[in-house]
Amino acid sequence: MSEKTVAAPAVVPVPPPRRSVRVNKRKRHKHNLAGYGFLAPWLIGVFGFTLIPMVYSLYLSLTKFNLLTAPQWTGLDNYLNLLSDPRYLQAVKVTLIYVVTSVPLKLALALLVAVALNRGLAALGFYRSVFYLPSLLGASVAVSVMWRQIFSQQGLLNEFLSWFGIHGADWIGDPRYAMWTLVLLSGWQFGTPMLIFLAGLKQLPQDLYEAAALDGAGRVRVFFTITLPLLSPMVFFNLVLETINAFQTFTPAFVVSAGTGGPIDSTLLYTLYLYLKGFGSLQMGYASAMAWVLFLVIGAFTAVYFWSARRWVNYAE
Amino acid sequence: MTAPARRRIHWRAHTVLLLTLVVMIYPLVWLVGASFKPENQIFTTVSPLPLTFTLANYFSGWTATGTSFSVYLANSVTVSVCVVIGNLISCALAAYAFARLDFALRKMWFGLMLGTLMLPFQATLIPQYTIFYQLNWINTFLPLVVPYFLAYDAFFIFLMVQFIRGIPRELDEAAALDGAGHVRVFLTIIVPLLRPALITTGVLTFIWTFNDFLRQLVYLSDNSRYTVPLGLNSFIDKASGSSYGGMLAMSVVTLVPTVAVFLISQRRLVDGVANTGIK
Repeated sequence: MSEKTVAAPAVVPVPPPRRSVRVNKRKRHKHNLAGYGFLAPWLIGVFGFTLIPMVYSLYLSLTKFNLLTAPQWTGLDNYLNLLSDPRYLQAVKVTLIYVVTSVPLKLALALLVAVALNRGLAALGFYRSVFYLPSLLGASVAVSVMWRQIFSQQGLLNEFLSWFGIHGADWIGDPRYAMWTLVLLSGWQFGTPMLIFLAGLKQLPQDLYEAAALDGAGRVRVFFTITLPLLSPMVFFNLVLETINAFQTFTPAFVVSAGTGGPIDSTLLYTLYLYLKGFGSLQMGYASAMAWVLFLVIGAFTAVYFWSARRWVNYAE
Repeated sequence: MTAPARRRIHWRAHTVLLLTLVVMIYPLVWLVGASFKPENQIFTTVSPLPLTFTLANYFSGWTATGTSFSVYLANSVTVSVCVVIGNLISCALAAYAFARLDFALRKMWFGLMLGTLMLPFQATLIPQYTIFYQLNWINTFLPLVVPYFLAYDAFFIFLMVQFIRGIPRELDEAAALDGAGHVRVFLTIIVPLLRPALITTGVLTFIWTFNDFLRQLVYLSDNSRYTVPLGLNSFIDKASGSSYGGMLAMSVVTLVPTVAVFLISQRRLVDGVANTGIK
């Protein structure tokens, strides 16, 4: 940079660069107008519904606020209180267990089914659509209602188990099992990552597989040494997306526990507790602090994924 | 590899896949069957086929919460259709700017847009609520609809940017040489070619909004404003053993619009979603 500024005046006369700068500016200006014109709705939205609310939320998290009276400054009290709130710590524990079990389960199922489908099977379109359906419906209250009927004491599962003389537990009502019904419900919705894996599998170079077949590599070895490394960008993409989604799960926990997070807080997912605090007992300052912690934790998870990606995500293609 | 061997492998694959599929779909089939069973048979039979077929659950469920389910359905469709329109317009505009126009700070705004994809929406739920509260918009559809006219759902901007990048630039340039401005290029070249992405956006937006629960739970408090998920939720509060049949029947009713939209659009939709993961 400095070399240029020293050398330039000696060789080139002054006017030309100026003119070219002016032309550039004028040209840019024209694009600016169009660019910002098209971008205007999003810009208003991102400031009005995201950036300003984020700052406002940070402020609220440092206050005591019940919506009806003005916020009262309390400094870091909300954050300190989180640490000594047993229900909050329970929510953190439940949510972490939920995330680290449901995300791998969902991605493993998605990958398994995608690999099974990626063999030029007949009726591929039919399979794809039907396997995808649950992930479209899964977030609905109706599916959560259905889940509750399946796993309740006299539900479908126990009725089925009784054929084999097994007396099933009260899956929804027992704190040892209630959480796992939610994890299963998440696994049931593997359709979206499956579609993404399938699209990725279709793009893999076939010659590698032929070479591996010639070398006599078995199917399992081919999967771990060829398919999985080549598919790692898709694994990464799905991992980031599904982790963020899992942290935000609300509906099934709310419906299955009838809005309580029970039995004995075993299904008290983070967002459900945030809702109960913010809109149940109108502790909006406290709930804002919870929201900021969630934001930072999701940010940290994403950062770790991106940081670790260099070691395991293969962008060589 | 010999032909019979290849065939055998496929038979096994089909068997495993079909079994998985049956296990996955069985609960939905059972739900539909159970909604047509008399109350006392719902929990005593695993079979999805009702021994006695009855519509009683639908009649009792339709009005069991005090407000007719027709009201909930109308509200849900109103909200969902508005959000679809908002998303289609605002996200297409933003996507065109990001994909085709060169303006100051473009990279920064694009990065910010990608960043909002990772933002949990709970992070802004409470401040947004207080803002809408001050605007007196609580218990109206406005908080559920207005943000989407301002491209609040960045996922669809991203999806459309990816798609527009695949449209050959020569088409815009040819039109620009003919004297077409950005608005005309956008309307006559980009929008028609963007159709598959617009369909994906429209269908996903409709289904996601129709099924969305937390936002509607927070913003709508009056029974006459309730949407389908809230209507169904009031069953859960009330259902103490007596109206399971009605609850299941209404669950089926709430699934019908989403499944219908899915069936109509499934090929396009499945392809559209599959491509979101590709760079």
